[in-house]
Amino acid sequence: MDIPLASTSRIEKKPELVEALKKVLPASSIIEDKAETLAYECDALTAYRCPPMLVVLPETTAQVSEVLKLCHKMNIPVIPRGSGTSLAGGAMPSADSVVLGVSKMNSVLETDYRDRFIRVQSGLTNIGVTNAVEDNGYFYAPDPSSQLACAIAGNIGMNSGGAHCLKYGVTSNNLLGVKLVTMDGQILEIGGAAFDSNGLDLLSVVCGSEGQLGIVTEATLRILHKPEGALPVLIGFNSNEVAGQCVSNIIKAGILPVAIEFMDRPCIEATETFSGAGYPDCEALLIVEVEGSLDEIDEQIDKIMVIAKSLDPTELRRAKDEEQANRIWLGRKSAFGAMGQIADYMCLDGTIPVNKLPYVLKCIGEMSKTYGLSVANVFHAGDGNMHPLILYDANKPGELTKCEEFGAEILRLCVEVGGCLTGEHGVGIEKRELMDYQFTSNDIDAQLRIKDVFDSKWLLNPLKVFPLHHTEARRMAYNF
Amino acid sequence: MFFPSSEIEVAAILSEAKEPLSVAGGNTRVLAPSGSKIISTSKLSGVIDYEPGALTMIAKAGTPLSEIQKTLTSEGQCLAFDPYNWSRFINKKGSSTIGGVFAANVSGSSRLRVGAARDFLLGIRLVDGLGNIIQNGGRVMKNVTGYDLVKLFAGSWGTLGILTEVSFKVLPKPETEATIVIHGLNDQLALDAMIDATATPFDVSGLAHIPKQKETMIRVEGFENSVKYRVERLMEIVKKYGEIHTLDADKSMQVWRNISLLSSLKSNNDDLWRLSVKPTASTQIVQKTKFNDYFYDWGGGLIWGLASPKQDVREHVPAGSGHGTCLQTKSKKIPMFHPYDGTISGIKEGIRKSFDPKQILNQYLVI
Repeated sequence: MDIPLASTSRIEKKPELVEALKKVLPASSIIEDKAETLAYECDALTAYRCPPMLVVLPETTAQVSEVLKLCHKMNIPVIPRGSGTSLAGGAMPSADSVVLGVSKMNSVLETDYRDRFIRVQSGLTNIGVTNAVEDNGYFYAPDPSSQLACAIAGNIGMNSGGAHCLKYGVTSNNLLGVKLVTMDGQILEIGGAAFDSNGLDLLSVVCGSEGQLGIVTEATLRILHKPEGALPVLIGFNSNEVAGQCVSNIIKAGILPVAIEFMDRPCIEATETFSGAGYPDCEALLIVEVEGSLDEIDEQIDKIMVIAKSLDPTELRRAKDEEQANRIWLGRKSAFGAMGQIADYMCLDGTIPVNKLPYVLKCIGEMSKTYGLSVANVFHAGDGNMHPLILYDANKPGELTKCEEFGAEILRLCVEVGGCLTGEHGVGIEKRELMDYQFTSNDIDAQLRIKDVFDSKWLLNPLKVFPLHHTEARRMAYNF
Repeated sequence: MFFPSSEIEVAAILSEAKEPLSVAGGNTRVLAPSGSKIISTSKLSGVIDYEPGALTMIAKAGTPLSEIQKTLTSEGQCLAFDPYNWSRFINKKGSSTIGGVFAANVSGSSRLRVGAARDFLLGIRLVDGLGNIIQNGGRVMKNVTGYDLVKLFAGSWGTLGILTEVSFKVLPKPETEATIVIHGLNDQLALDAMIDATATPFDVSGLAHIPKQKETMIRVEGFENSVKYRVERLMEIVKKYGEIHTLDADKSMQVWRNISLLSSLKSNNDDLWRLSVKPTASTQIVQKTKFNDYFYDWGGGLIWGLASPKQDVREHVPAGSGHGTCLQTKSKKIPMFHPYDGTISGIKEGIRKSFDPKQILNQYLVI
């Protein structure tokens, strides 16, 4: 990964910047000591690291605005940070940048059950939103695996998904409004409690812009009433292809499961050893979860059983109660942990049309032999969002590079069959240079022009999302 | 008038254009001022790809909505957001196109449950004001690769570029549906009843109130037993409001089809308004607007109304409670879209100029 050299002239401005920041922030909100800034050198993509020049943790939107005004004036890049759980390096700093973390802004500001929304500060964790409303029977639908830790600010930045988005959609489908501070310090109110946006839908372009258009300090989110209950069914097959067909048939039948999870043999074996969930010995395993009252769940699972049986499954296990449900989910939920115990791994996130699943899995199997690296597949099959885990040994010289090349080839394949590079993790720094596979220069330029409007000096998270050769002139214009 | 029959022709026309152009799809959502030079998408027509098993369709932007719906029906699928049709107020001879539906982000009653048109749009191809051909998004449900221009273009009303191709998510048609009708409620009680219906796990897919008929409608869709169960449970909850009865699938479909055509609003010389508001603010807004005729959808979140000409009803929508669009007026003084504050307007104008620096596309719309 090519990381441009930090600007020494910017680093030399550090003392001047710290002095100015002390006038607008409490001392406890400024971290300048090298030992402490080290904690911010990376996010959950730990392969790439670089401590920032400074870290600031403002407590109010007004403070965020003041910090941005200063950095704007002094041409210092700012890296927004939620909880630092990005798997794509979205919050990775450069040495000449200021990390702006929203972790001190984590309050619930308003809950309105009659209009079904909640307004929160963006440093609140994803689970914190559901925690705030669940006693009243409500929940916030997007549920990324990191939901215990990840912040709403990061969810909005990356347009996060989760296991339940097959039914409920991703962040952008559940976001009603934001308070956004632009790089020049302007505070914008976009959207609100009404269903639709007024005129051009700025909210949709802010969501998923990876912190490049502004800092979100507050968010208005749709809350939903909880279903009466949910239960899964586990189905084993002797080939990936048939399992893929089963997914397609379920969807076509009009059943709308909340989740359809897919695991292949390497993943089943690893999780079985790790968790002892009692999974069957088979090539592919599906976990399909449906919601409703007990009768409604039965009605849907009956239909799923009929579809599955027609495809000659090796195993068919329906959960009758919560304990059996937990048993079925146990292996799936420990999949990442199980893989981590076996080896280092790289988790990909390409999405493909659902009907291309068998073909893509077959190709990945062949590539795995060519590269000599194992792959375990575990993913959200209902919406085609794959998570191939490439296993490698970080201590073996050259193995990370080989793994990256393998990953890039899988993502190229995803694009070739009509899919995309990333379904829910974001581009960040990790997949930046791969964007040229999916987009023409015109396509990328249209996106860069949006950033020009929000951040004309290209100071917000400038090294992310786009291949560096597309952005160099823009980034260098104020690099002094 | 221009009738390009390929994306490349659209690009050639826009790259050479020096004068304003009005973009037309099926002429059912808004009409360009008379005398404008028109570029029509009517010859960019046809379904390009349809994968029922992946729940996705790709079509050229000028494909008639009726053709899309016919193709989907043949596979038991549908556009779940079920777009409203207000063409009888605009142009009775028009015929909606799929590009127009997305360009205007037209959602119907099911928006309450499934989301808006913009939530179903997965990918676009377009030509910007300089004639650049641009694609964004794709044909998969989950995609965070780069900025989401797809949703920005949904609801941009042809002011940023001309859509040439759209890729969107479709859903299986629900097996059946039913509607509970509560009779005799005033607006406030109707709002309370609709809010009570949302505060349940019963996945309501339509909540409308037609004051003229004093009828409040609650729809559920899905598999037969499940619909039956949820109707029973919901009836227990709302029976305290007044006399109720239920409509079977056929009657229910008819009622919601009428709503989607704004059938209860009698067309005359009044202005047609669409207000998207915070549900609990809706009844107070209506009280102040003095609509001649109106109804609520989305559990109060959407108000359709007819008002006497020359009054801008938006003055009655409090800041932060929503916004209004005037879809048909004879007055030149009433802008179509809700005015917004200065800082946002700078961003919006900047985006518009970045896609259309020559300022030629749909200049009559201040969006």
